[in-house]
Amino acid sequence: MPFEKVVTRRFDNLEAHKIDTYVATGGYASLRKALDTTPEAVHNEVKAASVLGRGGAGFPAGVKWGFCPPGVWPRYLVVNGDESEPGTYKDRQLLERDPHQVIEGCLLACYAVGLTQCFLYIRGEMAHAQERVAAALNEAYEAGYVGKNILGTDFSVDIVLHWGAGAYIVGEETALIESLEGNRGMPRLKPPFFPAAVGLYGQPTIVNNVETLANLPWIVEHGAEAYTAMGAENSKGTRVFAVSGHVNNPGVFEVEFGTTTFRDIIEGSDYAGGVRDGKKLKAFIPGGASAPWFFEEHLDLPLEKTAVDQAGSMLGSGAIVVMDQDTDMVKACHNLVRFFARESCGKCTPCREGTTWLERILSRIIAGHGRPSDLSLLTEVCENISPGIAWPPKQTTICPLGPSAVSPIASSIERFRNEFEDYITLSDRRVIPVGAA
Amino acid sequence: MTDTTDEIETDESAEIEEPAPPPGVPITVNGEVFYAAPGRNLIDACEDAGVYVPRFCYHPRMTPVGMCRMCLIEVDTGRGPALTPSCMLTVSDGMVVETETEAVKKAQDGVLELLLINHPLDCPVCDKGGECPLQDQTMSYGPGESRFVEEKRHFEKPIPISDTVYLDRERCILCDRCTRFAAEVAGDPLIHFMGRGNQTEVNTFPDDPFSSYFSGNTVQICPVGALTAKPYRFKARPWDLSEVASTYPNAMGDRITIQSSRNEVLRYLGVDSDAVNWGWLTDRDRFSFEATMSEQRLTAPLMRGDGLGNVDDGGDELVATTWAVALQRLVTALEDADNNAGPESVAVLGGAQLTNEGQYAWARFAKGVIGTDSIDAQMGDGLPADIVASMPRTTISQACAKGGTIVLLSGDPKEELGSLYLRLRHAVVHDGATLIELTPNETGLTKHAAHSVRVRPGEVASVAAALVTGTGGDELAAASAAITGADSVSVICGRTSLADNASLTVDAINTFASLDTVRFLPALRRSNVHGAIDLGLTPGMLPGRTSLDAARAAFTAAWGSVPAKAGRDTAGILADAAAGKIAVLFLLGADPLADFPDPELAKAALDGAGLVISIDPFVNESAAYGADIVMPAAAFGEVDGSHTNLEGRITPLRQKVTPPGTARPDWMIAAELAMRLGKDMGFASVADITNEIAAVSPMHANADAAAIDAASDGVLVSGGPAWTDQGAPTPAPAYDRYSFRLVVDRTMYDGGTQTTMCPSIAELSKPGAVRISSTEASKLGVRDGAIVRISSQRASVEGPVVIDDRVASGIAAVAHNHVGLDIRSLIDMNELVTDVRIETV
Repeated sequence: MPFEKVVTRRFDNLEAHKIDTYVATGGYASLRKALDTTPEAVHNEVKAASVLGRGGAGFPAGVKWGFCPPGVWPRYLVVNGDESEPGTYKDRQLLERDPHQVIEGCLLACYAVGLTQCFLYIRGEMAHAQERVAAALNEAYEAGYVGKNILGTDFSVDIVLHWGAGAYIVGEETALIESLEGNRGMPRLKPPFFPAAVGLYGQPTIVNNVETLANLPWIVEHGAEAYTAMGAENSKGTRVFAVSGHVNNPGVFEVEFGTTTFRDIIEGSDYAGGVRDGKKLKAFIPGGASAPWFFEEHLDLPLEKTAVDQAGSMLGSGAIVVMDQDTDMVKACHNLVRFFARESCGKCTPCREGTTWLERILSRIIAGHGRPSDLSLLTEVCENISPGIAWPPKQTTICPLGPSAVSPIASSIERFRNEFEDYITLSDRRVIPVGAA
Repeated sequence: MTDTTDEIETDESAEIEEPAPPPGVPITVNGEVFYAAPGRNLIDACEDAGVYVPRFCYHPRMTPVGMCRMCLIEVDTGRGPALTPSCMLTVSDGMVVETETEAVKKAQDGVLELLLINHPLDCPVCDKGGECPLQDQTMSYGPGESRFVEEKRHFEKPIPISDTVYLDRERCILCDRCTRFAAEVAGDPLIHFMGRGNQTEVNTFPDDPFSSYFSGNTVQICPVGALTAKPYRFKARPWDLSEVASTYPNAMGDRITIQSSRNEVLRYLGVDSDAVNWGWLTDRDRFSFEATMSEQRLTAPLMRGDGLGNVDDGGDELVATTWAVALQRLVTALEDADNNAGPESVAVLGGAQLTNEGQYAWARFAKGVIGTDSIDAQMGDGLPADIVASMPRTTISQACAKGGTIVLLSGDPKEELGSLYLRLRHAVVHDGATLIELTPNETGLTKHAAHSVRVRPGEVASVAAALVTGTGGDELAAASAAITGADSVSVICGRTSLADNASLTVDAINTFASLDTVRFLPALRRSNVHGAIDLGLTPGMLPGRTSLDAARAAFTAAWGSVPAKAGRDTAGILADAAAGKIAVLFLLGADPLADFPDPELAKAALDGAGLVISIDPFVNESAAYGADIVMPAAAFGEVDGSHTNLEGRITPLRQKVTPPGTARPDWMIAAELAMRLGKDMGFASVADITNEIAAVSPMHANADAAAIDAASDGVLVSGGPAWTDQGAPTPAPAYDRYSFRLVVDRTMYDGGTQTTMCPSIAELSKPGAVRISSTEASKLGVRDGAIVRISSQRASVEGPVVIDDRVASGIAAVAHNHVGLDIRSLIDMNELVTDVRIETV
């Protein structure tokens, strides 16, 4: 089905990061258009477009904006550009290739919700994105798109660029707010459930993902109707996926949301081009490292929120990681769990102690020192982090990082239990292999 | 709470048969319905309902953080039961709480197993073993065995994080209690989480130790043995300790428990008293048991004698003797004094360190038995007793009420009254109180003050008048509006500087007292000085904040006689002694050479007095210099009695160990002397004295021994004469801008006995120096550490400069009682202020 690219429409233009190119290709027209209407009109347009948040939870952005308590000022926009989920790199591309589109999206959101200041938080490791956004902000300030009395109107907004210091957990919105405030990046306790009520510096704060905001200029330009004409019932518009792993053509692809299937994006010649070297697919992660794994029987599921949720996983941050037939599932599982153990912030007990314990059990199994009881032990430690190991996960932790480490273990043990058992029973445990930890 | 009580009373008076509905909203805890105040923390509400929810990170005096996850319980607020940390939820109507379901047990068991995987099970050598929440809760809720076969996490252990506290990071369970205390309560955020994930640790910043006056509190609230205090490490096991609830003898009356083993005090712990210290103590107080246990304590009476130890009035040495000999010598001297120059030739200095009962016994002994009124517990560094007795008082909790208004007109509470500082800081930082600071230099509260006004010494009365009348111009307009517009104002009043005349502070107090909305908290700091004032250890007054003349009849009836006329205060007594008019001078725990603002006068007084008797736990500087008899007094922890704090709150103070050698409680010495003079006061026990106080002093009528024992937060006494206007203020002295105005202030760790006799904290006392701002230093062309000459019209001394930008320009600040720089010779106590010149040498 033909569709119009929304957020990656300038990706072919390698000069799109410059303001002249951006303006020449229709940039900042949406801002001018919006400033001619009321903030309510812009807000209603976005609400009507039912843009689902692209950060992972998939919460409708227009609805989220409505949570700001009326009459409380100042209120802030925080852009979550701390994209650190393994396999996810769509926001980085959006920031590097078309930074003005994100800036324009920020301005539209600020105008619509009456946000007084915007903080653009970019992951510490994304140096190129930081440079591009910094340059773009300078251009935009100079051209009068950002700052005081934007385009001669009463509308004024400052955008502050903030670089992270390198912590995955800061992608969690309350941890990001803590980090912005100059504190250690650790998630806040709930309630309050939404930063929209109490957020940055205790004020109402909207936290939006980069891609979510990048959609706004197109929506304002073309209208909600054009946007909702694309996509499926519960997943409107387009969506960007980053495909990586054992595929012929890894990369970032914008697809029509809800109608394209996993098979299309993994095997399609316009997209990832199939499993590399003609091998068979063994498993794939549909939505970032925290998501439970999918297998070949899930390939024909559409990239659609409800369908994927019902099948027991999530589209999450839009990262599809493909594993071919030769993948060692115990090591793959260990790789992911090690990531979460290292990135745990250390705030709450189950995540701090539990993820590391899981990682050490897996290390031990891989080193040839596994015990038959280890598989049930792994499951029980997982239970202490995420009671019931169900999907969507319950948690004894403050934030979802702990349960994220449970997903790969639950998926791999359920499907590939024999591989774990082979590691445990076939190893000669009387001899410590050379180089084992 | 008060409102609710009123309602119930109203209902009863209206004779309505049906009981009033319980206050609060219904919640169901484990199937039973309880009523709890909406908004009350659920973990506390469960405890009120008799259901204890295990916890590590939650502490009722700090913001909940929900980190340890031990208090997970199932709560249904209408959306089905969900595992929720109970410390993070507040009570709402109809909440259904289950604390014992399988899901809850599994979660708690899981959290404990996870906490224990890296926790070294070195309980047998851990100070916390036996009183450890982790140990206790593992026994109650834990798995019993570990499935963790890997090697545990390792850190270097233990590391000192301050001079008194050690940190063992292996034992730490990262509950955030110590770090929260440091940041939230003490305002010294010097310890913090570092690293991430499983390698997260608590630590200080490099080369920046946790040098907080309050660091010892973190040891007390640590739920494991991660933080240990140097003075207690490896000294005892909890099961070998016995304890008694008592009151620390500082002016706040901090509630504590004294713990000892084998007749040795080993630890003080703060007790959470709503009214007073909330469980917190300063390190100086917490570790001061080392002074009580010091080997330098006096164990027998001393008298002048020769080098061979023979008692001889003309001798230079202090030699040990017996009570019988010492008392007899003293009784003879007292009888001679009475026969020769009359009872006015006997004088008593000090007594602020005594219990209420000791103070009353000495007041009665001096005024009723001997017949002298020259007795003063203050050493010329406080406020006139009649002013303190008549100022309308407030309480700490009223002063620190949410949204209240506080005026700080005293020395830095952080240095002088640590637990008051913590209460004030909490009120200002967390409870929205407005602080207006009228101090010469910045204090520990300056950064939280809504209006911090730098008042040059000598000008406090005029600034107070400008604030009260709103004539202070733009600079003071906002502070003035905050004071005059408030419904109630609490003024914390004390001496900001020993170099100023007390009359200046009195003038300022008088100005504030003209406002109906103002109540006072006198911030006099010396231990039980408030008891001393209330019990008549001050010239011209009798027990019960009453004047000699007003209560003459009542006390003549009770005591037999009272002095004919008012006696002299400390300065007057010292002057009399120097003039040879004092035949017997008692130093009741007093050390005028070290503490009196004019040491030359103190020295002359010791030289000129007939017989000088020091009654003290130690041989202090004055005793060593000029006492003829030194009697060993029992110290804190060795005496029973009661204590009066700055609010007038009387709390019990209990004996835990026996005094060393033959040291005796002060009250017993007074009783014995009276008996030997043939005028037995009839005191056989401490309770006898407590009850006599309640009988003779109307304001103490509700504070008999049984009432003090029964009250959980002590008995608040009030009364005293109505405030009388003190007349027009003394005009502010002219300021010469070529001079520095001298401020003599106090620090937490000075050269006092409480610091110097405690090995663990003695080294924290810094050498004396003159502090000036960096601007002034550059004007003078001196660097930090340079030696300068400081001169007043009276004298000059030399000492090092310390650059301190908390000191206002035009001011030179010197801390009182520090080794290396004694500034007191520069001060003329008859002048209002002291101006000094500073020159390089």
